[in-house]
Amino acid sequence: MTAFADGSMEEQISHWRAYVGRRQAIQGPDVEELEGHLRDQITALTEAGLAGDEAFLVAVKRMGSLDALSREFARAHSERLWKQLVIAPGGADEPANTRRGETLVALSLAVAAGLAVKVPPLFGLPLVDGNEPIYLRNASLFVFPLLVAYFLWKRGAEMISSLWLALPFAAGALFANVYPFRDGGDTWVLTTLHLPIALWLVVGFAYVRGRRFAGGGRMDFVRYSGELAIYYVLIALGGIVFTAFTMMMFRSIGINAEWLAQRWLVPCGAAGAVIVGSWLVEAKQSVIENMAPVLTRLFTPLFTILLLGFLATMAWTGSPIKVEREVLIGFDLLLVLVVGLVLYATSARDPQAPPDLFDGMQLVLVVSALVANGLALAAIASRISEFGFTANRVAALGENLILLVNLAGSAWLYWRFLRKQGSFAALEAWQMAYLPVHSVWAALVVVLFPPLFGYR
Amino acid sequence: MELSKDLVAASATPLVLAILAEGDSYGYAIIKRVAELSGGHLQWTDGMLYPVLHRLERQGYVSAKWSESEAGRRRKYYRITKEGRAQLAAQRAQWQVVDGTLRGIWREARTA
Repeated sequence: MTAFADGSMEEQISHWRAYVGRRQAIQGPDVEELEGHLRDQITALTEAGLAGDEAFLVAVKRMGSLDALSREFARAHSERLWKQLVIAPGGADEPANTRRGETLVALSLAVAAGLAVKVPPLFGLPLVDGNEPIYLRNASLFVFPLLVAYFLWKRGAEMISSLWLALPFAAGALFANVYPFRDGGDTWVLTTLHLPIALWLVVGFAYVRGRRFAGGGRMDFVRYSGELAIYYVLIALGGIVFTAFTMMMFRSIGINAEWLAQRWLVPCGAAGAVIVGSWLVEAKQSVIENMAPVLTRLFTPLFTILLLGFLATMAWTGSPIKVEREVLIGFDLLLVLVVGLVLYATSARDPQAPPDLFDGMQLVLVVSALVANGLALAAIASRISEFGFTANRVAALGENLILLVNLAGSAWLYWRFLRKQGSFAALEAWQMAYLPVHSVWAALVVVLFPPLFGYR
Repeated sequence: MELSKDLVAASATPLVLAILAEGDSYGYAIIKRVAELSGGHLQWTDGMLYPVLHRLERQGYVSAKWSESEAGRRRKYYRITKEGRAQLAAQRAQWQVVDGTLRGIWREARTA
């Protein structure tokens, strides 16, 4: 009676079961229940005279569209979508055991990152007593190698052929520790700030491994970086509350838990949170809207208004920018922020969509930032010789130049895009091509500046 | 005649509860019973019944239990609870109001 050999009907059903089971909202027992229904339907149809394959097709058709079905399941079990943020990361077609495996790997690496901070004390370098500068300078070296290990594992990269990624870390450790820094001095601050930026490129290599390191992969890495920053802040807020409660509760029984917070909770937590945050970002990919583009949408108009207001006030009152020592760094930060806004606006935009009001606003934002920065540079240029070329000032000037080129290019491409002479993809490509420049400059600062400026 | 989606969705809860009030049942049998009762006019997409059943279970109107079917496979049977019967009575009263109102206006329309 059946056109299928018995085995092939079973095969069809098991294909169907696997297909349904991939839906995130439809879980194991539900699949079994639906399969039971399908079998009952097939039996009834074959008894009514249909051939096996026909019965299968009709039964599947009557079950309805799987998209609509999983939407209904998701509505009936809304918690499942939330649960899978934490428990079931990765693509929906990964088998469940690698998901559980991922939880284990991610948490182990987080613990390892926390404990890595406690390794130097074993060799007589406790975390207190004036050793903080050493820890701060090396902060990225405690965490990033484990983060790289996580991504290599996650992307299924070959560990042996990926060993070269250890070289930058070795180099970083060398340059951060062989130079005779004066703690708290200019070059110490520069190394502390620039080493993580330089090494973030290595994390990027690990992140895109298994995918091409072309534009697409880089953009994903940008998205990941932004989400990680947001998750990290959230985790840090939780950590502050946790630490405060720890102190408060032990104080209530007359025990000062400060050493616990200082030597364990804060440093280990800060290191582990990077891994946990990365894991969460990976897990929730594509499940809910990314946060960084939302913040970009909120703050782009506000910053545009701020900059225009600032320029208008300057023009109106004629008051020049007061050149103080840190004014250059302030404007550097402004440019970093604008680059960030442009980058995350780019990351969330459909490159095919035609120009809209928001793109125009981005152009106004970039141009007004460039004008403000130009005014600041002009004010500083006249007096820079007066202050002398310290390490800090040269680094700030270099950074300003790099960001300036980035924004000028972006402004030009935005202009072309708005006038329909160029595509948005060109702007995105420019942003992506420029990314490594920041890390390379940071590496130069780490390697060259301390000896150039006499380790001051 | 095909019923509108909204009407099908709105009638799903009282219909399922009423069928379960007749006795414990499972998904496939419920669908069959609906087709039988409506003379084939109420066509549900088969799969859509299950989210409805799960929602009712979560609301406490039905309870579910896995047991063996005649063929020896596991099958999930649903049973109406006390809250479910109360809910059914409430829904029934609501539908009777709707039904009575519509009947009234349609009678007037006919005589007018």
